[in-house]
Amino acid sequence: MCETCGCGDPGLVPVEVHDRILAGNDRTAAHNREHFAERGVVAVNLMGSPGSGKTAVLEATARALAGRRRLGAVAGDLETDRDAERLRAAGIPAVAITTGSACHLDAEMLHRALHDFPWAELDYLFVENVGNLVCPAVYDLGQAVSVVALSVTEGEDKPLKYPVMFRKADLVLLTKMDLLPHLDVRVEAIEDALARVMPEPRLFPVSARSGDGLAAWLEWLEARRIAVGHAVARRA
Amino acid sequence: MHEYSLVQALMQRVAQEARARGASSVRRLSVRIGSLAGVEPELFASAYSLFREGTLCSDAELVIDQVEARWVCPQCGRSPAPGEILHCASCGVPARLAAGDEIMLDRIEMEVPDV
Repeated sequence: MCETCGCGDPGLVPVEVHDRILAGNDRTAAHNREHFAERGVVAVNLMGSPGSGKTAVLEATARALAGRRRLGAVAGDLETDRDAERLRAAGIPAVAITTGSACHLDAEMLHRALHDFPWAELDYLFVENVGNLVCPAVYDLGQAVSVVALSVTEGEDKPLKYPVMFRKADLVLLTKMDLLPHLDVRVEAIEDALARVMPEPRLFPVSARSGDGLAAWLEWLEARRIAVGHAVARRA
Repeated sequence: MHEYSLVQALMQRVAQEARARGASSVRRLSVRIGSLAGVEPELFASAYSLFREGTLCSDAELVIDQVEARWVCPQCGRSPAPGEILHCASCGVPARLAAGDEIMLDRIEMEVPDV
């Protein structure tokens, strides 16, 4: 190629990498996860479409656990810190991450947000991800569990249309159950769709409004807390 | 549109590898994207064509190897057909994803003077 300076032809060097493109995010997520595990904090990555009821579920959770468990939240949003405000009003210390145009949170954004947030004394840290059924599933944040809020108003086939998020979920909260009588939506059809994308489907129907079904969710959270607590005790 | 941030991460990694070897330019990038990775290959490619300008990759071809999702029963090894329930009917255990969630950088072919 170079004929003037006498350096000779550049050699073509193949470099085998075989590494995840998000290896950097994975490292930060592992770091976050280590912090949470050390302090016995259950970090929950709460994902779902815009308007699926993520904030409402957390408000109801805060009401139910007030005075019994220490909750905190990080809320990701494109603009505004309205979700964080709503959560603070419900009694959950909350900080907003305004992502601008980013459609998801990543491990670094969470890490930075936690620098000025008293997360270490919590029982549960809820990370309310940006409302989106695709992008947030791609980024590990260091959470212990991934929960997807799916509202009955979104229809029966969302799991089949957005398999990536449901595949990775540990639990799906079927929200707005109080609206079910007004819709042509069957819970069995949603269960069937989930079983085709999620190898161990777990679906809790809930209504943040009436409180119906919340007991199963709270019990599930409690089991996670006990598991994390045992892990901390084993380390000590 | 997380494809943009994925491509940004890709370009940083490639620049790092290229610098470490004193490469003058990159000729080809090979990546692997699974059908259950949550990445749209077309968007990924268009993000790449935007981000490569003015970098060592400005003339580098992007080769995307698309991998179909494959679930298997961890006991009998049978794969459910696409769209089937992900629970082995004969063994009664959940299937495991064997392939299809990759977002990998496999290979960089770079031009290195005086090797």
